[in-house]
Amino acid sequence: MPSMSTLNAISTPAGGTLVPRHRLSTRLWHWINAVTIFVMLMSGLMIFNAHPHLYWGKYGANPDPAWFSIGSAGTRGFVEIGTATITTTGVLGLWTDPDGRVQRRAFPYWATIPSRYNLALARRWHLAFAWILVLGGLGYWARSFFNGHVRQDLAPGRGELSPAHIWHDIKNHARLRFPTGAAALKYNILQKLAYLSVLFVLLPLVVLTGITMSPGMNAAWPWLLDLFGGRQSARSIHFIAMALITAFIVVHLLMVVLAGPWNEVRSMITGRYRLPKERAS
Amino acid sequence: MISRRKLILGVGAGTGSLLLSGCDRLGESPRFQSLLDLGEKLTYRVQRGLTDRTALAPEFSAADMSPVFRSNGNTMPRSIPYRQHLASNFRDWRLVVDGLVGNPLSLSLADLRRLPVRTQITRHDCVEGWSAIGKWHGVPLGMLLKQAQLSSQARYLVFHCADDFGGTNYYESIDLVDAFHAQTILAWGMNDQVLPVAHGAPLRLRVEHQLGYKHAKYVMGVEAVDSLQRFGQGRGGYWEDQINYEWYAGI
Repeated sequence: MPSMSTLNAISTPAGGTLVPRHRLSTRLWHWINAVTIFVMLMSGLMIFNAHPHLYWGKYGANPDPAWFSIGSAGTRGFVEIGTATITTTGVLGLWTDPDGRVQRRAFPYWATIPSRYNLALARRWHLAFAWILVLGGLGYWARSFFNGHVRQDLAPGRGELSPAHIWHDIKNHARLRFPTGAAALKYNILQKLAYLSVLFVLLPLVVLTGITMSPGMNAAWPWLLDLFGGRQSARSIHFIAMALITAFIVVHLLMVVLAGPWNEVRSMITGRYRLPKERAS
Repeated sequence: MISRRKLILGVGAGTGSLLLSGCDRLGESPRFQSLLDLGEKLTYRVQRGLTDRTALAPEFSAADMSPVFRSNGNTMPRSIPYRQHLASNFRDWRLVVDGLVGNPLSLSLADLRRLPVRTQITRHDCVEGWSAIGKWHGVPLGMLLKQAQLSSQARYLVFHCADDFGGTNYYESIDLVDAFHAQTILAWGMNDQVLPVAHGAPLRLRVEHQLGYKHAKYVMGVEAVDSLQRFGQGRGGYWEDQINYEWYAGI
């Protein structure tokens, strides 16, 4: 399949035409990852439920000060971040399960795999799908560097990183003015930055901090502990990276819906994308 | 436009709840569970095969130690023989090392303390997610195994414990790579004191490449075996049997 830039060089397709958009490797990885990331996220939340506190440093357990906790007191569920307490009754810390029973677990049944408290099973899901995430991610990295996807489609072009250009793009996004016609063939700078930070910052970070929590790997690769400042810091960073990946997914799904879900989803399945019609300006 | 948005949200929520109950049903299916179990096997093979098996777990300075080291699991075994040993300060208690060995051992606490001591400040990681750093004093397990003349048929070591949950005794098992690891010790001391009851007195296992539930407390016997089949439900440990924790807890 021709890459976007070669396609661009040959001709400039007009809005309304169906054009090749996503490579097979991108589409395969996207859907494998769509499943994997949800399993990792939701089984991870169940694992967090086993000990709903986060610490900084090398150690951290119940007697030690936590910077983040989810808990309950009486009929109230709450989240504690530093010295702030936020009431989250019904969603976090204290919620009602489908059988009508009040549960005092951090994340609710609809956010976890499995939906009922089971640390052992959640770990089995998490640590099996971790292999799919890592091997799939490495495969996608290798393919994307090799076939030019990173260089041609994801790397910011000259001038794209200027504050003026970024600000221009932010304003367009805020007004929901998405590129049309041939301009829609390329990722805009906000898309590029979002995809690059997930691909090369957040995913490696979440994987490496995950590995840092393995006592076996601590012996083999002790430098990981130095890099992240100890096992409990790694656990905290793992959680923060998860939250940022979740934020990316929310924005990503929102953008798909706003930009035209049928066309966007088709392009990720068949690879073909109908260029949005040019606006009459 | 609104109806379309509603449609999308509705489809989203419906798919979500379908997927959720689907995941629950998958997780309960034995066939799918054995697929998930491949993850543990892969992790075990890769950690054993691709990393240095003799590499030491990080050791810390006294300044890094947890101010309070929380205890977990059983903190006071109920068994009457154990209570009697405790009352007599473990005077008549013996550690039995048997099974596939040429020279079975029966060692008193005084015998164990006379053997060369290894002291290490290491991090204890509970499967639930917390960590505590403490100092342990004990005899290297590999030294006892040499003294007991471990048979070449032995593949695992089973640790028999004095504590129980609802009448089922705690036990654990490890492979020989971990058994002969320099930091694998049977600890009789903690933080420069005699090992407290809450932490497994008189003797507990420290196996620093693995999670907390592998570090059997109240160890009464070490048995060298060629298979884990005949212990408990055959999964190699109390929690492994009861709720399917991984036998290899290196992650």
